[in-house]
Amino acid sequence: MEWPANGSALWEIVGLTIRVTGTALLAGSILGIPLGSLLAFTRFPGRRFIVALVYTGMGLPPVVVGLVAYLLLSRSGPLGSLGWLFTPPAMMIAQTIIALPLVIGLTMTGLEAVDPQLRLQIRALGADRSQEILTLLFEARAGVVAAIVAGFGGIISEVGAAMLVGGNIEGQTRVLSTAIVLETRMGEFEFALVLGGLLLSMAFVVNVVLMRLQHRPPYWPGR
Amino acid sequence: MSEPLFDLRAIEVAYGDRAVLSVDRLTISEHEALVIVGPNGAGKSTLLRLLNFLEPPDRGEIRFHGRLVPYPAPLDLRRGVTTVFQRPALLNRSVFENIAYGLRLRRRETLLLTRKLVERLALHDLERAPAANLSGGEAQRVALARALALEPEVLLLDEPTANLDPYNMGLVEGLIQELRTERRCTLIVVTHNVFQARRLADRVAMLHEGRLIEVAGAAQFFASPRDPRAAAFVRGELVA
Repeated sequence: MEWPANGSALWEIVGLTIRVTGTALLAGSILGIPLGSLLAFTRFPGRRFIVALVYTGMGLPPVVVGLVAYLLLSRSGPLGSLGWLFTPPAMMIAQTIIALPLVIGLTMTGLEAVDPQLRLQIRALGADRSQEILTLLFEARAGVVAAIVAGFGGIISEVGAAMLVGGNIEGQTRVLSTAIVLETRMGEFEFALVLGGLLLSMAFVVNVVLMRLQHRPPYWPGR
Repeated sequence: MSEPLFDLRAIEVAYGDRAVLSVDRLTISEHEALVIVGPNGAGKSTLLRLLNFLEPPDRGEIRFHGRLVPYPAPLDLRRGVTTVFQRPALLNRSVFENIAYGLRLRRRETLLLTRKLVERLALHDLERAPAANLSGGEAQRVALARALALEPEVLLLDEPTANLDPYNMGLVEGLIQELRTERRCTLIVVTHNVFQARRLADRVAMLHEGRLIEVAGAAQFFASPRDPRAAAFVRGELVA
């Protein structure tokens, strides 16, 4: 890519970044919030072991996720027949795996921080199971949104998995983080910085939107 | 004789190895005000959770309107009863939203009834205030309004005025009395306060170490209690 870059190529990279990260975050949240709720609200044999696994997963190196996804999706791997290696779906899967433990773990701790008496009170007021869980998720919304923010933070800037399973192919699997690596290696530091600025701006906008979902009631002076 | 509203038989509740409640028989009639007294750890709150069908007994059976209660208790059964706890657990929302919460769960109209209760409990200045910033008395009034909005058949109150000053205690007690006369709701109140027990009770049950040591009409309980621990409670002495 030359500097100044071809505008359409740049927006293609931005578009693909939004598509891959957005899909992975959505999938991570759709799976992670119910699983985090399950771990917060139920007690079963082996739960502590699963929680330990989730906490370990929160520090999972993206490059390791990329390596495993690569081996699964490579032609000789168990999912090789899908033909997804070096395609956006492979990047989405890898990023979902990175985001998932973050969303599960932080949703669980957010829900566990809700006053246990409130849970009893909600049931005493006649909530059914789904109303109880939705109310508690709403009460723990600051924690749940923090879980989504952490999941987003874990994938928007990762390079290892995107590079391994995406291959950084121009016009096909090149996203902002992998493009920054490439431009830096080529000595195009100015352009790499512009891409970095774009990545940060995207992260800022998404976080501002997510913070609005955390919305707390306005301050009311105590008496 | 008509069927009792609640009929508890051979109830046992234990947490781990520790037995917390053991009641051979307790019946509660419709429209009566039963006050449950006893020292801390006597099993009063556990009994209230059983009466709200929030948890099953380990042994024994509970009949409601003559029908054996299955567990988990069906939603329509649970929705006829509600509890106001000693520490008002309010949602992190406005006062209005807290009062309307139970109505929303039942998909019932909220505005008129909630406004009425806001006025009646002198909460109109606080309607839009976040519940997290209320004083103890205000929070307890909101918790009571939230329960009253549901017009329950049975209202369970777990030391509803324990943390309140005399003004708020009077306000809450006045409402409880109005509720009895206007709605003829069955009222089950846990209290440590012998004077409050006198003011509210049709009948008094005293729990001690998980067992019912005396159940009697209010007049008899306060005039001639049989159990020495009940007598000590009536005299205002400390019961360990």
